Amino acid sequence: MSDISTLLPCPQPVRFLEPDGSRAAPTPEMTERGYELPGTDDLLAVWRGMVLGRRFDAQATALTKQGRLAVYPSSRGQDACQVAPVLALEEQDWLFPTYRDSMALVTRGIDPVEVLTLLRGDWHCGYDPVATRTAAQCTPLATQAVHAAGAADGMRRRKTGGIALCLVGDGATSEGDFHEGLNFAGVYTAPVVYLVQNNKYAISVPLAKQTKAPALAYKGIGYGVRSEQVDGNDPAAVLAVTRAAYRHAREGHGPVLIEAHTYRMEAHTNADDATRYRTPEEVDGWTGQDPVVRLQAYLVGQGVLDDTRVEEVRVEAEDLAADLRTRMNAEPVVDPMELFAHVYAEPTPQLREQAEMVRQEIAATASTAGASGTPSTTKETAR
Amino acid sequence: MSQPTTYAQALNAALRDSLREDESVLVLGEDVGALGGVFRITDGLTRDFGEDRCFDTPLAEAGIAGFAVGLCTQGFRPVIEMQFDAFGYPAFEQVVSHVAKMRNRTRGRLTLPMVIRYPYAGGIGGVEHHCDSSEGYYVHTPGLHVVTPSTPADAYSLLREAIASPDPVIFLEPKSLYWSKAELELPARTEPIGRAVVRREGTDVTLITYGPQVPNALKAAEVAAAEEDWSVEVIDLRSLVPFDDETVAASVRRTGRAVVLAEAQGFGGMGAEIAARVSERCFHSLAAPVLRVSGLDIPYPPPILEHTHLPGVDRILDTIARLQWDDEPDLTHATAGAQGVPA
Repeated sequence: MSDISTLLPCPQPVRFLEPDGSRAAPTPEMTERGYELPGTDDLLAVWRGMVLGRRFDAQATALTKQGRLAVYPSSRGQDACQVAPVLALEEQDWLFPTYRDSMALVTRGIDPVEVLTLLRGDWHCGYDPVATRTAAQCTPLATQAVHAAGAADGMRRRKTGGIALCLVGDGATSEGDFHEGLNFAGVYTAPVVYLVQNNKYAISVPLAKQTKAPALAYKGIGYGVRSEQVDGNDPAAVLAVTRAAYRHAREGHGPVLIEAHTYRMEAHTNADDATRYRTPEEVDGWTGQDPVVRLQAYLVGQGVLDDTRVEEVRVEAEDLAADLRTRMNAEPVVDPMELFAHVYAEPTPQLREQAEMVRQEIAATASTAGASGTPSTTKETAR
Repeated sequence: MSQPTTYAQALNAALRDSLREDESVLVLGEDVGALGGVFRITDGLTRDFGEDRCFDTPLAEAGIAGFAVGLCTQGFRPVIEMQFDAFGYPAFEQVVSHVAKMRNRTRGRLTLPMVIRYPYAGGIGGVEHHCDSSEGYYVHTPGLHVVTPSTPADAYSLLREAIASPDPVIFLEPKSLYWSKAELELPARTEPIGRAVVRREGTDVTLITYGPQVPNALKAAEVAAAEEDWSVEVIDLRSLVPFDDETVAASVRRTGRAVVLAEAQGFGGMGAEIAARVSERCFHSLAAPVLRVSGLDIPYPPPILEHTHLPGVDRILDTIARLQWDDEPDLTHATAGAQGVPA
């Protein structure tokens, strides 16, 4: 049994930077745990990642208005949580994201078009989970928490040196799978870090209706899982705390649960109306906590970031957005016959029969469409 | 050399041989370690292969299934023991939304070569939540193979094949057959997953069944031959998904009559699917409607009453008797089953 004091989170969220970019006074607990302000180069990388990520996020939201995406759940405001923990991962590590973590996937280096495949609707997961070591985005809440525990335990067994980062939201901490994931990870000393982005709402339901816990970070204690809480809008603190957690996991000391206190600036998705459950004043209050503004102010104040560099990265972000727009404006090419391709390694005889039926339906439709001059939007490839 | 082998021993041997031949195979579940499983199917595996290869899990079925999904991402082949049919329900979301769909969701890039073994069905005097025939839920879920052996040879061979499969396999083990025995030489290899077999040849009627009801079907066929002079062909499906339409249809076309026997409650179940498939394929060969023999459409009964629920030889023979041998339509139970209202 672990000594409970080694599991407890800091009484207050770890913070290095005040909202205006000035240094926050470190607490005794932060010093005791050895949290250090990350170096300038690392913070510059996080800042750049956030600028790019936020531009991607804005572009994705815009694409919903143009009908190019069925829906998009924005993570604006959570940029620090989306970027810093992902940049701190190593090559062999695995990421287990939710549907709100598209910015994290782009930060991971996955092609933004492949990230948006799910939401564009031409397939489910658009990227290769094995090649990118990034699991398919989970829409059923917290189900990935147990996958992450298993993957981490698998890496421990294989001695790959890898760890897993599992992203969850505050609502997901009510799901059984979240607790089973923490418990399994604890029992097997699996090298996994759970990062709860507490953005205060599960669609419309505020945290107060989700839990009576004094902080979500305490949910690790019952499972013997080391726990921490951090100011999720302070990119420096998020980076420092996740790095320490990765080290803990990688060195074989088991899982870590981190609660990041942050805020979802946008509605749940573009289809949601957040004015029904929260006030503009509340949202305005969080505007002053903006993670990108905060880190930029700090770096400028330190004299390590100037207007030239800011402009360079702004242009880089615009290029990313322009490229995304162009590629997303192309009609997606879909093949109805692919619906049968990935159900099993070998289609069952029953599926082969249905594939043949669909093939004939398509042929019949195509000949009708051809007669009336209507172009087909689907492309059938030989299979 | 062949020797008397129980169904349970055959499963144990299949697990052993798989563990020995493939280092990526892991056996996990509740009580599978020191205890060897509540049915002793994993007896001695932890002792012989170490706790790294066969290990106890926390008591949380969704966790077990999801944890195995994660192990698959690292190239393992997990074999889960889901202690009892009805105890598998907490894992339902993991099985339906992730285990079954991962290949499809990821366009075949992430696949889950895992097996979930479920001791299932009744007939052993078990209390509630220990005797469900839950195959209907799994056969209705695309992406899963669903297999249920009825003999020790099949238990060995199908489990070996399931573990080697690139796709997830729901492996249903009838609890009532664990202690059944056969002369067996291991390693045994039988027909592959996806093939049904004729267990007894006949000419008058085809009795299509699987899993726990195979012995009952054979018994009924024997009585039918001795007492009624009916020649009953018995088909053991073995594999529910994929389904062997070919073997089933060929037999029914030959005999001209078909009865589907399944232990599960009948409404909306596997038996209904089989009956529909036979009707669709063999209509012009049929001299009578396809009839079903099933459990009752009730929650699994308390042990002392389970014999009322379970299809027995008498219910099977009564059903065969109703196959319009004299050309009179028989509507005895035609509306009662579905509506619960007497005809």
